[in-house]
Amino acid sequence: MSDVARRPELARSGGRIGSSRRGARVGRLDWAALQGVLIREVVNFSSYWRGTSFSSTMEPTVYLLAFGFGFGSIVSQIGGYDYVDFVGTGTVATAVLFSAAFPAMFGTFVKATFQHTYDAILSAPVDTEEIVTAEALWIATRAGTFGCVPLLVAIVFGLDPAFGMLLVPFIAFVSGFGWACFGIMISGLMKGIENFSYVTSGVLTPLMLTAGTFFPLTNLPQGVQILGNLNPLHHCVELVRHAAFGWELWPDLAHVGALLAFGVVTWRIAVWALTRKLIT
Amino acid sequence: MTSLPSMPELAIRLRSVVKHYGRIHAVDGFDLDVAEGTCVGLLGPNGAGKSTTMKMLTAQVIADSGEIEVLGHRLPGDSKAARAEMGVCPQLDNLDTSLTVQQNLLVFTYLYRLGRAERKPAIERALQVANLVDRRDAKVEEISGGMRRRLLIARALVHRPRLLLLDEPTVGLDPQVRQELWALIDALRNDGTSILMSTHYIEEAERLADTVTIMARGRAVATGKPAHLVTEHAGREVLEVYGPPARLAEVEASAAAEGVRTRRTGTSVAMLGVEGRNGDLPQGERRTTTLEDVFVLLTGEEVR
Repeated sequence: MSDVARRPELARSGGRIGSSRRGARVGRLDWAALQGVLIREVVNFSSYWRGTSFSSTMEPTVYLLAFGFGFGSIVSQIGGYDYVDFVGTGTVATAVLFSAAFPAMFGTFVKATFQHTYDAILSAPVDTEEIVTAEALWIATRAGTFGCVPLLVAIVFGLDPAFGMLLVPFIAFVSGFGWACFGIMISGLMKGIENFSYVTSGVLTPLMLTAGTFFPLTNLPQGVQILGNLNPLHHCVELVRHAAFGWELWPDLAHVGALLAFGVVTWRIAVWALTRKLIT
Repeated sequence: MTSLPSMPELAIRLRSVVKHYGRIHAVDGFDLDVAEGTCVGLLGPNGAGKSTTMKMLTAQVIADSGEIEVLGHRLPGDSKAARAEMGVCPQLDNLDTSLTVQQNLLVFTYLYRLGRAERKPAIERALQVANLVDRRDAKVEEISGGMRRRLLIARALVHRPRLLLLDEPTVGLDPQVRQELWALIDALRNDGTSILMSTHYIEEAERLADTVTIMARGRAVATGKPAHLVTEHAGREVLEVYGPPARLAEVEASAAAEGVRTRRTGTSVAMLGVEGRNGDLPQGERRTTTLEDVFVLLTGEEVR
């Protein structure tokens, strides 16, 4: 019953190597590959969007309400702004962090280690660089959307709308791309998911609390202010505040530059770290 | 004047491939040919290097040295072009379980770069191949293990690949489901798809593979058609001698003295290559030699 019995020429080996019939055109960072990974994410999102949307919007809103009204009852003004407006603009960065870094860290780790999703994707004409890039773009898109929620809540509670706010989704997107890549990088570097608590407690929580979200850094010692400039969340906070209250050309360009640099550096490290994990 | 016979093209060609993990030689100078349009069985015990070899063919494992060519593309450099033309059914189920059967296929029509007009027919074809037309809207977490395995194969076929890699395609499935999958794989081979199938089920290789490569400790220890391998390495007939352990040890010792090769099968001693011998042999049951005898003989598994 063997096929070879019917087609004896197939039994011979040691012949020449065949050339590709279709001659697929593939390159680095192909749009087709990015699209494939993005479609997978979007189709999957349709099955879990409720939970993700809930946590990504609820947490920063709780921070906004708790600090804005709780702390705001004793501090009505800060840095010349109503405290609720101050925190409402600041928690955009918190929302971006929650909707980008955490899904990237946990999602990537689960897909790499438990669900073996990347094994399936890497069997298709897709490389790790495309997986990282597409997933970071998708998470950044979500962060760009969820990042606006605190601003909308703050508007309900009295923050004056401004044209500059139309740029907040883009600020949140760029910032979210960096945090998504940061999360992917961590999941690539860590051997176990239990190690994530070192990053959450040791890096993300301190950065969140010292970003200028809940209190301005300007009253702190100069050393702390300089350190603040190394905190990507701080640049996001400043840009969103300026979008709401008025731009400052050169400082804002510097903030944009810092967020772009954060995105590029974490992107490259994330590609390296995930490749190291997936390709042996 | 006669023309030269045309040489078959090779879907896969491996030469002296080596992969170490620290001190472990997972693959240790491995050669393999898969002629286009044939099904090659990669047979070996656990830890022989089959899965590492499979992963090298998609460049998820990078060889330390040696040559790997897949569909005319040299790996790892051109692996992406090779992957565009091949399908992979992995050993571990990596379907998206919260998606439906059809959504899983849809995602892979994109990952395999099918054009807009090709996607729907490709999904329908894959659903038919896998006999899952009626379950298209079922979530993967709701369907049986056999259906999931068929979906994995269908997913690998959605772009009509020239080459299919099957890594232990029926492991852990009950016999009926296994036979369904065999029929599916056989149909694919008859359609001209080149197939490399790793397995440790001997019957699977014997039924489906045109040629078999037996792998042990990272190397190819024998290659050929199943029937040829059997006669070449273990003769045509086997005598199974049953008895208590002491008796079996005695039989082994006397066989060794006469230069007859044996293998233990748990409850018996199998004396290999006994065709044409009668009077001087102990009492036992004669049977035809199988690929399993060759496998055990060559891989050293169970052999004393």
